[in-house]
Amino acid sequence: MTKTRTLLAAMSVSLLASTSAFAGDVRIMWYSDGVEGDVIQDLLNRFMKDNPDIHVTLDNVAYKVIQEQLPIQLEAGQGPDIARVTNIKELAQHWLDLRPLLADPKYWDDNFADTLDWMRPDGSKAIPGFMTQLTLTGGFANKTLFEQAGVALPGDKATWDDWINAAAQVAKSQQLPAAFAIDRSGHRISGPNVSYGANYIGSDGKPAKVDDGTKAFVGKLVDWTAKGLMLKDTWVSAAGSTYRAAADDFINAQIPFYYSGSWQVANLSTKIGDSFDWVATGSPCGSAGCSGVKGGAALVAIKYTKNPKDVAKVMEYLAREDVVKEFSERTLFLPAHKGVVAKGGLKWVSTDKNVGPALDKFVKAAGEALPAADALPPWKWANAYFAALVTRVSQVMAGELTLDDAWGKIDQDIADKVAEAK
Amino acid sequence: MSGAATLKEWTGAALAAPVAWLASIVNVPLKAWQRATGTGGMAAFFLAPNMAIFGIFVLVPLVINFFYSATSGTAYFLQDRSYVGLEQYRRLLDCGSYLDTATCREDLFWKAVHNTGLFVVVQVALMTVVSMITALILNREIAGRSFWRAVFFFPVLLSPVVTGLIWRWILQRQGLLNLIVHDLGGEPYNWLTDRFSAFTAAVSVSVWAHMGFYTLILLAGLQAIPRDLYEAAEMDGTRPARVFWRITLPLLMPNLLVVIVLALIRAVQIFDEVYVLTGGGPGTSTLYVTQYIYEIGFASLLRNPGLASAASILMGLVLVVLTLLQLQVGRRGERKGQRE
Repeated sequence: MTKTRTLLAAMSVSLLASTSAFAGDVRIMWYSDGVEGDVIQDLLNRFMKDNPDIHVTLDNVAYKVIQEQLPIQLEAGQGPDIARVTNIKELAQHWLDLRPLLADPKYWDDNFADTLDWMRPDGSKAIPGFMTQLTLTGGFANKTLFEQAGVALPGDKATWDDWINAAAQVAKSQQLPAAFAIDRSGHRISGPNVSYGANYIGSDGKPAKVDDGTKAFVGKLVDWTAKGLMLKDTWVSAAGSTYRAAADDFINAQIPFYYSGSWQVANLSTKIGDSFDWVATGSPCGSAGCSGVKGGAALVAIKYTKNPKDVAKVMEYLAREDVVKEFSERTLFLPAHKGVVAKGGLKWVSTDKNVGPALDKFVKAAGEALPAADALPPWKWANAYFAALVTRVSQVMAGELTLDDAWGKIDQDIADKVAEAK
Repeated sequence: MSGAATLKEWTGAALAAPVAWLASIVNVPLKAWQRATGTGGMAAFFLAPNMAIFGIFVLVPLVINFFYSATSGTAYFLQDRSYVGLEQYRRLLDCGSYLDTATCREDLFWKAVHNTGLFVVVQVALMTVVSMITALILNREIAGRSFWRAVFFFPVLLSPVVTGLIWRWILQRQGLLNLIVHDLGGEPYNWLTDRFSAFTAAVSVSVWAHMGFYTLILLAGLQAIPRDLYEAAEMDGTRPARVFWRITLPLLMPNLLVVIVLALIRAVQIFDEVYVLTGGGPGTSTLYVTQYIYEIGFASLLRNPGLASAASILMGLVLVVLTLLQLQVGRRGERKGQRE
């Protein structure tokens, strides 16, 4: 009888141990665009060496998991203790307010003030986390292909038409399948839309109807796709709001011009190596300006954590100025930390001669972002707008909808989403 | 008694001991249960684990899904969602004309319904014909018959994701097929961005992946046909085509009906391999109902769990009809077997 009781007790303890978090355990859900998974693991190893009572587990997952599975886990009151996310504002109700747990909240207010609103509910003063990187959408050109084709790279104030015409000449000369590609993402085409005068946000803060600015650029994009200038695969070969990057086509020298964003720098550098020279171009201009859209990935604490104090310790360490600086230098990401930016002198850890000028170009281009673009990262409905754009525009490209029909459908999709969220 | 036999007995006894011990423990409550409930109760006892699994993993989710379909909101907890009655169904069924998806409020749902309908018709027809031809060939005395049977069955063992990926690598712009076309002097073609070729690829890959299973069913049916019928036909000098239409096909009909109904159910549920292969594109030309439900319920930034649940209930109703059809076919086969 005693043996049976002992056995049952042991089984109960094992079961509890397998289902609940131990004090000192912190789990981070992390995705990587480039080398940042290795860098953060290295930084965390150092943290664990200095804090042996806290064990941090880094779960490297695909970006799709962050986008599709994490929101459902959060809605169910579950999830990791910390996560690296890009859907920052829409899920803000699930983030933990670290303010009461932090040793020096003022440090956070001082250094991350510009981006804290991106990750907290409207009107809140919470400190849910910090941006691991700031990003800006922008273009990349295969300099070698342009040189081989004898086509000059368009200058700083070149328009979208200038870039596409130049890239088309290169594609024709070098017998490439297309002149350019843009990632299949509503976020990606929003910089160009804004450059043509688009404004997504209505006077009441709710989504505005599709305006002439959006119509102007999307109309061009559809036309370029129909003419075979834009790589059809990226946008047409999927349904819904599925994200598809065209980075591999640029890396494989299939397109001379690629519009994506600053987070691709490390990826391009690692995969292209010395195969060809490439440059960052910033955002081509439209009638209203030459704007990209800012954004980035945030590291946020999840409010369902069982170990908030340990989570705060980990977050404090990762947000430290020297740690942010090292993380940015090694990952080639633009830092969001004011102190790091103000002091400057970032030593990018790369022997690739294309990297430094590319990052400098993005830093410079950030100053050209228009107010309508800067308003998007902290806007609750940005993702709904982006998703509707991608879904319907790709249908137009596939010949299923006319542009006129698409505008109505986009407005309806967004209105449905707003109504559903009430 | 030899040493080997003794060892065998001892091993048997050693292996049986724990089983016997376990049985002696179970025997006590089982006997009591049988005394109290009779043989009917015993059937219920043995069915209980299976029914519990069915209840937890099928019935309960089904009921919860039904409740979800009567709510709206983006929250996933039922208590955080607002009750809207049949509004999600009304929204799904709100159409000017069901034949013109552009007139429907949820045009993507109806696009998916139309695509699924076309896919089902073409895929099931092709699947049946290809499986039948393959079964007829594999039923003949051909060299390496067992090897060929294994070859045709092998794709069934593959994960649908693997199937989708393999064919994506073959068919994509820089894929194996275009490499071959290029080497033969042809112009590479974008197979997955053209509506017709993407649909053809979706149907073909799905047939390739599942035909082994249906071939096996038909092969079993072919082998059950008495050989003397064929011998008699041969002695009468009957033409092979007439043998097929007058002997093989009628006697294979029960198996064929099972194949058609099973293929129909599977085709309505098509998702995984096509999702990996085409992502529902180009545009929405290979967007099928299951993918629509997945997208709108989980993947899309425009996600709407209530609408997804309503769509899945509607799809479930179609599957119930098809399953009843399958049962009917099965019963008819059984009755026919008993008469014979």
